[in-house]
Amino acid sequence: MKRRASKRRVRLAQLAHARSGDKGDTANVGLIALKPEYYTTLVKQVTAARVARHFKGMIRGPVERFELPNLHALNFLLHGALDGGGTISLKTDAQGKVFSTALLRLEVELPR
Amino acid sequence: MTPARGTGGPRAVRIAAGQGFWGDWLEAPYRQVTGGPIDYLMMDYLAEVTMSILQKQKSRDPSLGYAKDFVPLMERILPTVVERGIKVTANAGGVNPQACAQAVADVARRLKLGGRLRIGVVTGDDLLGRLDGLLARGHELRNLDTGRPLSDVRDRVLAANAYLGAWPVVDALRRGADVVITGRVTDTGLTLAPMIHAFDWRPDAWDLLAAGTVAGHTIECGAQCSGGNCLVDWERIPDLANVGYPIVEARPDGTFEIAKHPGTGGRISVAGVTEQLVYEMGDPAAYITPDCIADFTTIRLEQSGKDRVRVSGVRGKPATDKLKVSVAYFYGYKAVGTLVYAWPDAYKKARAADRVLRQRLERLGLEFEAIHTELLGADATHGRLALEQLVVDDLPEVQLRIGVRSPHLPAVERFTREIAPLILNGPPSVTGFAGGRPKPEEIVAYWPALLDKGMVEPCVELVEV
Repeated sequence: MKRRASKRRVRLAQLAHARSGDKGDTANVGLIALKPEYYTTLVKQVTAARVARHFKGMIRGPVERFELPNLHALNFLLHGALDGGGTISLKTDAQGKVFSTALLRLEVELPR
Repeated sequence: MTPARGTGGPRAVRIAAGQGFWGDWLEAPYRQVTGGPIDYLMMDYLAEVTMSILQKQKSRDPSLGYAKDFVPLMERILPTVVERGIKVTANAGGVNPQACAQAVADVARRLKLGGRLRIGVVTGDDLLGRLDGLLARGHELRNLDTGRPLSDVRDRVLAANAYLGAWPVVDALRRGADVVITGRVTDTGLTLAPMIHAFDWRPDAWDLLAAGTVAGHTIECGAQCSGGNCLVDWERIPDLANVGYPIVEARPDGTFEIAKHPGTGGRISVAGVTEQLVYEMGDPAAYITPDCIADFTTIRLEQSGKDRVRVSGVRGKPATDKLKVSVAYFYGYKAVGTLVYAWPDAYKKARAADRVLRQRLERLGLEFEAIHTELLGADATHGRLALEQLVVDDLPEVQLRIGVRSPHLPAVERFTREIAPLILNGPPSVTGFAGGRPKPEEIVAYWPALLDKGMVEPCVELVEV
């Protein structure tokens, strides 16, 4: 019998919740651990580089990450995400309101 | 007024959020003033674009330029507000706070509240008439995002306002104002000011000012911290139809609780408050306002009761010597058209229609700064992330949504005439054009900048009713 892999992949939605908003052409996504013990996994695996790859082709600028260990949360700034932002943008989500749940589609690895 | 909680301790002040933006639930302020004891009602009306709309209204009629909805709303709550001694802070004044105050004073007189109401008016934020002088004196008002000087778009500027902080509102309260109507005062300042006033906080008490700023940020979007738009466990959030808007119970030491009136719906939880704290967040260690710099990485939250979250530990740093300025300028035109395609192959048909339309626009020689296509029901909100996990062949319907943007109105107008023909001369199974031809819209864009604080002088006047 084949050995089971030591890791399993889950969507971030199982470990975190999120809210997003806008500042000009930048969307922010606040990612919050559903349980304090998940926070380390978020810090280790949901890096700025990983999030930039996740949104590749959907945003034009870089991704910045800030840590809020007190709230078990990470804050991401997705630059150039909103087609100019605010009133200029032609997007349905001109204010970046649902980048939050788009980030929750990302998969992370957990030990079995 | 609220009685002191416990014995001997300093009294808590209850500040209730009544509007999170212009267009928020009209019932909320009424429910806040009647649903239980509060000391202050805070209402936030101004988004970036709002100021340019109001500036346009004022240029047509000098008695306009404020949030008109505020007046009938005040008419409804004023009798309770006066009877219970509730004070109101609101940035409903837009670009004409004096006219807004006069309109509210007229309503108060009609309600026979003469002699019982003093209105404070905060101005000094409006820089439109001073722009050329500021530019001439070397204040370039460079765009915070692009670094370009304001002179690039000077001839297209429609509104320019500095963000004032809490202090002019405090001044009005100290001079006995019951209702304070402001122009562009920060959302957080409207909540912080009552705390400074009630507890006599000093201008350099940075931790306290930061705590009040965090309180303001928490309730400035109304029910978004009390169960609205809350992702955690959303299906089990009770009775959103009857949602309770948040109330800050502030204490002199800078700690506060987020609560709501008994018997209302929604939920106040650590998870929900955290969602609001990270909303529209930049660098969490430096949340900059005119009053202080708040450090959101110091905030401690705990569930202190049912629908009650305690906030403590907030640290702050000295305010900067700049004020943020929001300039609105004319950018160009845009229009968005939609059509709905039905099964089978709804997705493919919508894609095909997009290709056909783009070919026609190109052959017409129309030039656009941007053409943006979304397929609602498939990729509009999550883009390729959604398509990677979707069997598009089975979709029962897809809405094709195409937008264009251009500095030139004729190109945008011609685009709006190219949507309907697709119903008869494009891919099949198309419907949903009942709304008619889309309308070109003017784009008023937003230009954020900084200005030395010394260049802006807030002004406080009082209107006796």
